[in-house]
Amino acid sequence: MTGGRVAGKVAFITGAARGQGRSHAVRLAEEGADIIAIDLCADIASVPYPLATKEDLAETVRQVEALGRRIVASVADVRDFDSLATALEAGVDELGRLDIVCSNVGVNNPAPTHEITEDDWHEIIDVDLSGTWRTTKAAIPYLVAGGNGGSIVLTSSAAGLKGYANIAHYTAAKHGINGLMKTLAQELAEHHIRVNSVNPTQVDTPMIMNAPMYKLFCPDIDEPAREDFAPISQQMNALPIPWVEPRDVSDSVLFLASDEARYITGVALPVDAGVLIT
Amino acid sequence: MTGRVEGKVAFITGAARGQGRSHAIRLAQEGADIIAVDALKDIDTVPYHMATEEDMQETVRQVEALGRRIIASSADVRDFDSLKMALDAGVNELGHVDIVSANAGILSFGAAHELSESTWGEMLDINLTGVWRTAKAAIPHLIEQGTGGSIVLTSSVAGLRSYTGVGHYVSAKHGVVGLMKTLAQELAEHHIRVNTVNPTQVDTPMVQNQGMYDLFSPDIEHPTKEDFARASGDTILYPIPWVESIDVSNAVLFLASDESRYITGVALPIDGGVLVK
Ligand SMILES: NC(=O)c1ccc[n+]([C@@H]2O[C@H](COP(=O)([O-])OP(=O)(O)OC[C@H]3O[C@@H](n4cnc5c(N)ncnc54)[C@H](O)[C@@H]3O)[C@@H](O)[C@H]2O)c1
Ligand SMILES: NC(=O)c1ccc[n+]([C@@H]2O[C@H](COP(=O)([O-])OP(=O)(O)OC[C@H]3O[C@@H](n4cnc5c(N)ncnc54)[C@H](O)[C@@H]3O)[C@@H](O)[C@H]2O)c1
Repeated sequence: MTGGRVAGKVAFITGAARGQGRSHAVRLAEEGADIIAIDLCADIASVPYPLATKEDLAETVRQVEALGRRIVASVADVRDFDSLATALEAGVDELGRLDIVCSNVGVNNPAPTHEITEDDWHEIIDVDLSGTWRTTKAAIPYLVAGGNGGSIVLTSSAAGLKGYANIAHYTAAKHGINGLMKTLAQELAEHHIRVNSVNPTQVDTPMIMNAPMYKLFCPDIDEPAREDFAPISQQMNALPIPWVEPRDVSDSVLFLASDEARYITGVALPVDAGVLIT
Repeated sequence: MTGRVEGKVAFITGAARGQGRSHAIRLAQEGADIIAVDALKDIDTVPYHMATEEDMQETVRQVEALGRRIIASSADVRDFDSLKMALDAGVNELGHVDIVSANAGILSFGAAHELSESTWGEMLDINLTGVWRTAKAAIPHLIEQGTGGSIVLTSSVAGLRSYTGVGHYVSAKHGVVGLMKTLAQELAEHHIRVNTVNPTQVDTPMVQNQGMYDLFSPDIEHPTKEDFARASGDTILYPIPWVESIDVSNAVLFLASDESRYITGVALPIDGGVLVK
């Protein structure tokens, strides 16, 4: 196959060490893109499940390189603008350009709204919403200077379009991402830079496949497991499936990143098995 | 290389020209066979011409040039039996149907309180009820086959916001979004997905006509295509006068393919940011 649907483009992906971020890196690389990948590769104190590791990030590098594409991967924190800017600069230096931005990092920490501590509230907003803003802030100057337009895809959630109990900070942050997306679409249209979001229902990644998140979805079960979670998760979807796979979100990211969507901007695209219409 | 909808069969209404033809070609490029219908006759309340037999032959020629099969016939979305006959004949020939593109539609003009019964009625009958009939003809096949399916209804940005002077069109296209959501619920258990595409102005005969030029430039005496390009572009966030049929076809292809296997109940704007302007 010559080319590919994003051949010759370079994509910046945050949270690329595992889960959806890794899947986006691999899917875009399959279609001809080179990748600039960053991840924290460390845990966050208030997040009640382990985050990715350096080994995870190395595995993403291996999978992208196995496809014959280039990847520049580094550790950076979306809470720290300078770390993002440094990683991105190194990547663009090496790969020569920037076309696609996948702002994919997100964390969660379930609790009833009135029991969320000041620090926990701040941390979720800081990573999920402000981290998304910092990611775009670091990338936009490259897209504008490149003069070739671009596509920014922000990972929101079905929780960016409807309410979910016991994750108020996450729901607020994801709604905030959808607001940010619309403003950025306005500001960047003149540069032919498009800005959209993907809004997944539950995705089979370590973010939800862990004890505290099972408990969020199955509050009435003592020590819920994946098997308990599956039917409850499925009840939330219209399609008879418990969750979607990272690859499904990646296929939507690929569509929005490619020139097939050249006139789609300001759109929230649910990949949600019909959660929003049930 | 296998295509993105390889081996599937797509039923497309209004396929003789414009977006419908473009969908047929784009899906055929990616490996689908096509069942194409179009009314192929002018419509009383519509002030521009509909597609012709020659237009449909051109769609057939272009799909066959890609090495795909196409069964084309004349059928009117106002007449359920004609749709059903055309679809059943197509399925008979091609073996199954997997994708439905309910694309046929018309445009006519008038302030809501000045519309005649017939202008209102014909609009609803084609742009809303015709979509329902198209789905109604296809759904039994999809359910019986038991292999899921993807139904893409062509709504419009006018299905998500209002425009002056086309209240009947806006009502019909909003109705299509409502129908889409109910169908998505009803058909989920069969793994049949239902979504809409919601384009802004598309460069087809539906908008490249004097009625549309007048609607968009009420202050100009004999507005031209250039005047329309400017006025149309003013409604769009992105610096373009309109989108092309291929842009809508790429979205239809995405929604028709297994890449969107878990996307259902979604209205997908192809609108250059009209809705966030
Ligand atoms: N899994 C789901 O059910 C689901 C549903 C809807 C939306 N989402 C969203 O999808 C995105 C990806 O999540 P996922 O499902 O792949 O989960 P994940 O936990 O597997 O991936 C998140 C990645 O982000 C990294 N990360 C966390 N904090 C970071 C920081 N401060 N700086 C840099 N990297 C950091 C983690 O190390 C991890 O690799 C998130 O935005 C999430 O909110 C997930
Ligand atoms: N062109 C635009 O700006 C625009 C914008 C948004 C949505 N749409 C929608 O896109 C769809 C396709 O329109 P287009 O732009 O390709 O215009 P078009 O006029 O080129 O195509 C419409 C086709 O539908 C056929 N048709 C009309 N009435 C029919 C009937 N009763 N039965 C069967 N076929 C019939 C016509 O013969 C024609 O081939 C329509 O639903 C339209 O409302 C168009």
